[in-house]
Amino acid sequence: MQPVQKRGSKAPTVFTGIVLAEGEAPIFEVGEHIRVLTRSPIGHYRVPQYVRGKRGVVEAIMPIRELDNEQEAFGRNAGSKRHYYRIALPMKELWLQYTGSPRDGLRIEVFETWLERN
Amino acid sequence: MEHSTAAHVHSPSEASSERPSYYEVMETAIQELLIQKQLIGAGEIRRQIEVLDSRTPALGAKVIARAWVDPEFRSRLLANGRTACEELGITFYDDTKLIVLENTPKVHNLIVCTLCSCYPRPVLGLPPDWYKLPPYRSRAVIEPRAVLAEFGTVIPDDVEIRVSDSTAAIRFLVLPVRPEGTENYSEEQLAALVTRDAMIGVVPATIDTARSRK
Repeated sequence: MQPVQKRGSKAPTVFTGIVLAEGEAPIFEVGEHIRVLTRSPIGHYRVPQYVRGKRGVVEAIMPIRELDNEQEAFGRNAGSKRHYYRIALPMKELWLQYTGSPRDGLRIEVFETWLERN
Repeated sequence: MEHSTAAHVHSPSEASSERPSYYEVMETAIQELLIQKQLIGAGEIRRQIEVLDSRTPALGAKVIARAWVDPEFRSRLLANGRTACEELGITFYDDTKLIVLENTPKVHNLIVCTLCSCYPRPVLGLPPDWYKLPPYRSRAVIEPRAVLAEFGTVIPDDVEIRVSDSTAAIRFLVLPVRPEGTENYSEEQLAALVTRDAMIGVVPATIDTARSRK
């Protein structure tokens, strides 16, 4: 996803000295090599088993932060939002036996709390 | 979260000889309880069914046709699927975001939701049954080429396959390659070539589409 179009042609003025709240700025960068964590918490979350522990690259940062549904399911910390990342994982990384083109891959959005640097 | 009741709701006057299933009974019971406790009204359920019924693949097809004829709209659609659709009056009643994935001669996109049935409902309406069933949901990420071949779509080895698994608040829509030989087609004629399956990514858009549907 591209950044939102800027209105007009003038460069926006960015003020300095603004302190961001925790979780406001994304922790990972586009192009960064990551690994999906192998956690197995109880409750509601949306990380499929087959990507846990797998290595990939951050392809895009989803611009709008979302609630942590893992916490929200228990009514906890529902106000704290973080980023989703669109992760690119090669099919060969997911399935050792994969027979298609080595370029074939998966794209999946993973919540910030499920990623670590690799 | 994604379980729509629309397909299962029967009007009270509708006679059925079959006994309702366990889940249908549970659904009706919950519905009655919610109405009794005045958490929702019967009108709200009816309204939501109307919202869903107004979304069909024909809507998505118009979006694709617009992108094929209007390069500026196309770039806005690829930059932010939701706001570009909103320009055309398509609302995102479920507050999902939309990423539009562009198929090219080098890249073929395929959409799946391995966890349940996430689907770009605001643009396409309800998903087909096969999209919600375990065989497609598991095989689309394990052996996408074999699944595509079963739909009659054989992807050459030098074309990269990208499977997008919808798991969160983001939905996907495939922008198929505009078929060759459609240079003189009107926007409306182009829209007729775009099928639901082409926007999921299991088949390409072809000139034959309009004919084979009859």
